[in-house]
Amino acid sequence: MVSQDLFAQLRGVVVRRRGKAVLGPIDLDLSGGGFTVVLGPNGAGKTTFLRVLHGVERITSGSVTWSEPAKTAQQGQAYVFQSPIMLRRSVRANLAYPLQLLGLPKTEIAARVVHWAARIGLSAAMDFPAPRLSGGEQQKLALARALIRLPDTLFLDEPCANLDGRSTREIEEILREATQAGARIIMTTHDLGQARRLADRVLFLNNGQVEEQGAADNFFTAPKSPGATGFLNGDIIE
Amino acid sequence: MSEIWAGMAEAFLLIWSRDADLIEITLRSLQVSLSALVIASAVALPLGTWLAIRRFRHRRFVIATLNALMGLPPVVVGLIVYLLLSRSGPFGVLGLLFTPAAMIIAQVIIITPLIASITHQAMRELWSDYHDLLISLNTTHGQRIATLILDGRRTLMTAALAGFGRAIGEVGAIMIVGGNIDHVTRVLTTAISLETGKGDFALALGLGFVLIALSLMVNLAIHSLSRTEREGRW
Repeated sequence: MVSQDLFAQLRGVVVRRRGKAVLGPIDLDLSGGGFTVVLGPNGAGKTTFLRVLHGVERITSGSVTWSEPAKTAQQGQAYVFQSPIMLRRSVRANLAYPLQLLGLPKTEIAARVVHWAARIGLSAAMDFPAPRLSGGEQQKLALARALIRLPDTLFLDEPCANLDGRSTREIEEILREATQAGARIIMTTHDLGQARRLADRVLFLNNGQVEEQGAADNFFTAPKSPGATGFLNGDIIE
Repeated sequence: MSEIWAGMAEAFLLIWSRDADLIEITLRSLQVSLSALVIASAVALPLGTWLAIRRFRHRRFVIATLNALMGLPPVVVGLIVYLLLSRSGPFGVLGLLFTPAAMIIAQVIIITPLIASITHQAMRELWSDYHDLLISLNTTHGQRIATLILDGRRTLMTAALAGFGRAIGEVGAIMIVGGNIDHVTRVLTTAISLETGKGDFALALGLGFVLIALSLMVNLAIHSLSRTEREGRW
């Protein structure tokens, strides 16, 4: 257990694949609410870092400790993958699925499903097979399916990759509403513009290591590490 | 060639005249094979799905064994079930030998590995699609299995139909444990075998065509009920 102002503590976290370290060692304290944006060049380990935090990636060594018991912490979390995973069901059934797992009453499930389908503009497609939606619609549905559980912490892995401007704006609006409602969001993105628009804090990863972390304003105006400076200047980071 | 035409004519006549014996053995064939299918599916669908999602020691050996059991010789299965159910066998007191129940038991043993193996193959692919999401949602093993079976039901229907096809066309095992007793355990395949032995090829062929038609009808009915083609790909 960690103290209440921190929500997670990583100690000596290392992830190895085929003998090669793809992440870590990382010692990090995560605290506060709002938006934390994870930035870094391709292959920096952003997705692995997010998956480790959420517990879907097995760590080779080290520990991740949450401010509440692991099971409670995991139940208060949701994750949106870079390539949205659609259940082979209708839009309605995809939205209802996480609520059914929680064992909520049918009337409450129906009400939340109707609300979120309207929020993402898919009310008219409730009975349409989700895997046949467009990429943008699938991403919005995946986001709604994550938020419908009212998570404390939401992990987003490049949620707007390959989306057009309109879909990106809609998703950002939903994310702002979620943080205003009290959700903590930890998100990876390649889009520096999006990071500037949304981030309260930035975590900069390079070669599997956390090179820099802090308030977004400080990071964007006066980055401390050479890697972050190069990244913000648009240099090729090796 | 003329015998095939004669067989088709015989089949037409049997159906047209609503032959009482034909109706009886057809219904018994359906009863035995569908019962075996339901029991085998209840075991094989969760088993195949469980094998797709669980990682445990000797898993590969279990899967290899399951695949090997797909080729179980029905005659050997029939012989083993016969020995188990015969009066001197461990289950002799149940008095099941030469009853439709014994035939169902033999067919369940034959088709369960087949359905489980096809299920495992299909569910492995679906599990690789769903893995991250279901882990992320903190689902239990039971919820994962239920989700995969529900969402993979169209593929599983194919597995079940393969099992039904094997069951309805099976003759070796049910001949041994059923005994082909008229009005008790005679089914279409054992009747065909009997008529062929007697040299009545036309009647044997006629029964054969009825069997093929029956198999096609059950397949179409199940596809229609599950709306496999109407809803397209998900």
